[in-house]
Amino acid sequence: MIDLGLAGWTIVVAAVGNVACALLGCYLVLRRLSLLGDAISHAVLPGIALAYLATGQLNGPAIVLGAMALGLVTTLLTEAVHRIGDVPEDSSMGVVFTGLFAVGVLLISQIANRVDLDPGCVLYGQIEIVPLDTVPVLGVEVPRALLTLVPVLLATVAFVLLLWKELKLAAFDPELATAMGIPAALLHYLLMAWVAGVTVASFEAVGAILVVAMLIVPAATAHLLTDRLGWMLVVAAVVAVLASVIGYRAAAYLNTSVAGMMAVAAGGLFGLAVFFAPRHGVLSRVWRTWRLALRIAGEDVLGELYRRGEAVEQKAAEEAGLTLAEARRRAGGWIGILAVWDLRRQGLVEERGGRLYPTPAGLKRGRFLVRSHRLWESLLERHSALPLDHLHDPAERIEHFIDPELQDELEALLEQAETDPHGKRIPDR
Amino acid sequence: MIAYNTLVVLAGVGLLGAAAGLVGTFATLRRRALVGDALAHAALPGLCVAFLLIGERWLPGLLLGALVSGLVGVGVIAFLRRFTRIKEDAAIGIVLSVFFGLGIVLVTWIQKTSTTGSKAGLDSYILGKTAGIVLADVQLIGLVAAAILALVLLFYKEAKLLVFDPDFARVQGWPVGWLDFLLMGLLAVVVVIGLPAVGVVLMAALLILPGSTARFWSDRFGVILTLATLFGAATGLVGASLSAATDTLPAGPIIVLVGTALFVASALFAPRRGVVARWLDDRRFRRELREGAVP
Amino acid sequence: MTPVLDVHDVTVAYHRKPVLWDVDFTLDEPCLAGIIGPNGSGKSTLLKAVLGLVPLASGRVTAFGEPVARVRKRIGYVPQRNSVDWDFPVHVADVVLMGTYGRLGWFQRPGRAERQWAAECLERVGLTHLADRQIGQLSGGQQQRTFLARALAQRSDLYFMDEPMAGVDAATERVIFTVLKELRDAGRTVVVVHHDLRTVEDYFDRVVLLNTRLVASGPTATTFTAENLQRTYGGRLAILEKAGQAIREQRGPGR
Repeated sequence: MIDLGLAGWTIVVAAVGNVACALLGCYLVLRRLSLLGDAISHAVLPGIALAYLATGQLNGPAIVLGAMALGLVTTLLTEAVHRIGDVPEDSSMGVVFTGLFAVGVLLISQIANRVDLDPGCVLYGQIEIVPLDTVPVLGVEVPRALLTLVPVLLATVAFVLLLWKELKLAAFDPELATAMGIPAALLHYLLMAWVAGVTVASFEAVGAILVVAMLIVPAATAHLLTDRLGWMLVVAAVVAVLASVIGYRAAAYLNTSVAGMMAVAAGGLFGLAVFFAPRHGVLSRVWRTWRLALRIAGEDVLGELYRRGEAVEQKAAEEAGLTLAEARRRAGGWIGILAVWDLRRQGLVEERGGRLYPTPAGLKRGRFLVRSHRLWESLLERHSALPLDHLHDPAERIEHFIDPELQDELEALLEQAETDPHGKRIPDR
Repeated sequence: MIAYNTLVVLAGVGLLGAAAGLVGTFATLRRRALVGDALAHAALPGLCVAFLLIGERWLPGLLLGALVSGLVGVGVIAFLRRFTRIKEDAAIGIVLSVFFGLGIVLVTWIQKTSTTGSKAGLDSYILGKTAGIVLADVQLIGLVAAAILALVLLFYKEAKLLVFDPDFARVQGWPVGWLDFLLMGLLAVVVVIGLPAVGVVLMAALLILPGSTARFWSDRFGVILTLATLFGAATGLVGASLSAATDTLPAGPIIVLVGTALFVASALFAPRRGVVARWLDDRRFRRELREGAVP
Repeated sequence: MTPVLDVHDVTVAYHRKPVLWDVDFTLDEPCLAGIIGPNGSGKSTLLKAVLGLVPLASGRVTAFGEPVARVRKRIGYVPQRNSVDWDFPVHVADVVLMGTYGRLGWFQRPGRAERQWAAECLERVGLTHLADRQIGQLSGGQQQRTFLARALAQRSDLYFMDEPMAGVDAATERVIFTVLKELRDAGRTVVVVHHDLRTVEDYFDRVVLLNTRLVASGPTATTFTAENLQRTYGGRLAILEKAGQAIREQRGPGR
């Protein structure tokens, strides 16, 4: 016997609707159509109101189909206003959806006058009541809303899977898609209609306005966490479920709006991704930038050590080291201290009598860098019109990014040059 | 004989409509119209927090809270655009929905837990309710709106340049970043003072409709702005009157529909640029072509 | 004598990948200079970098011996035609008048003197009859001339123009070139991003040959040679592409 309890069923209903929204939302976010999704979810309101006036209920297949039609109408109207009225794209969208939404709100308030219905619930749903209205399915009392939502979710998954290649291509390169015989425009309208349908199906749970949150936020979160479309859909679905669970629990605890809390929970998950996502997160990038700065500082020191070694005779080897202060100055500021420590840790330099000396490994690295530097200077001299004294700075910057493969190519291009433009010998590998 | 109170309310909402139409047109030309929508939605949590801090429904305080939270929302959008791979449309959608969700959470919580909360009428800020506005509030709204109009007039040439060709403005030495910031600030203030009348959800319409309507009547910059201001004022006046007459309907939708009706009427019937006029013109041209009047 | 323009070691990167590599040249005296190079060689980017419209990854630019930001009043700009929304509700006269804004203070409106001057600039490019036309209704050549008139209204000493003769009719091209020559003869400097190799020798005193890096710069007679052109137009230097990719991916010498 499956008995999830009131809380459980509420979460299930919300989650099913939210996942359907999140899946479609991935395509909206990638196609930069997030706001069209926003528009449609507002514009379906008159349709819902009319359907309610006609059938007396807020759920059911008739409403979903009616909403899909209205979704199409919104898209078409936006195009019409844009094309015929010469109004810029985003303004025409604004005009159409606020107008339709206003009509919807008026209709709903008419209904509210006759029935004891708060027009606000149109905006933020009435999920608290949903699990109370149950029907028996295979012996289990299941919320009626699931009878609409589960088929919608399954249909959405089927939609995504069946049109996988087409939707993917149309999302990334609509012109190529059309050139390949995939009707990108048709897919676009189909997608919009589907968004409308899913919106309305979820509407009972989270209301017209918060559907926007579920369309965009899980998808955006997924976009920060992965680069592949397949994974993006999965992650978005997971985020939607998490937001449903966390949102419900928090709302129950604080005694406040469930739908609002779900949107906030989704926002919180998004915020975490913004900062901590492994590749695209803000903190990850700051960390990577810092590591790069450290590497560059260390390499500058190694380069300097090699050059010192070049400049002196074997017996004056003591002169070939750097004092700590000189090393820090070369590395540039306080990062120099860390750089030297890092070099020591890697076994690339050692300290003897207050001076730094390169280890064999460190010398090898330094030589590699100076080789890159001088090869690049030769390249600039040969292929650009830069005067001699302007060659050092660019080479200084790029030497840190040249890997062995690129270095070989440089050498090949320069036909085994022996000296750099200043006459210094280019070291061997 | 119209009551003095009614006159004041009409004047206030009229000024609001005018300011929203003017600033909104600049925002639309700068392609920032929907940021105005995000601003409106993002203002809701601030409104609630201000109410919690103040303890009563004191409009200047509430609006200040709304302004702060709206600007935070805009700041978040800018942050997301600059530092993450999230694009502008998604950033606007995220801020809009999450902040609004937070607002709903706070409104519901206040209504359920506080005794004064339920009659604070916080939910009237979602869809607007001019009937419930107190005289002093309308005066505040009207004054702020008038100040906005004056500021726009002051910065007219700078704003015109910024909106038409920001690169050229930069080359001339104008601080484009600051001017943009100023425009966003004015937009935020207009949005916030519009909340009591039109509500969070529909404020965007008041920003976009007047300017879009004016485009059908002229292609001169100055004329369009003037018309947008007038259309905005008319929308506010007519909408507020209608809404006051029917006490039960929320004001927001009515005002928006007045504006939409004006838009549709202009789109169809404006001379020269309206759909009907262009169709007639086209027909006449083709007839002349057939009859050989056009060589 | 302070050089009119000094571009020093300018690198511009897009998402960390350089699109302009260490460009370096100087214009010592007033002249008509052409920036020449194939599509995608970074010509427009160079112009925008000099004007401060895109950030520099390295290097600096000085005009008349000072940072560009400090001599803005002396610098004029004609952008590419597609940089502006031509549906914008302004008229030709409006646009030209905007050229005078640089010398007006905050909140100051353009007055009779400015309108008079704008009208003269419009006259000089032969567009007086179109003063009241909305800009979207103009032909390509007329749009270009509007921009030129706006730049003239700036009364600058140093002008930057981004492909002013692209896609215009022969008459417009003649008008533009005449104006440029008059400017140069009056002691001004004009730097032009130019696309048409056939007219380079007729138009410009100096050339800057660009192909994501500086190939050559100097007087046209000695710099615009077959060999230099070969190097400019003979294909992208593949190694720069690869190095740029390495920078973007932040690769390094490795372990």
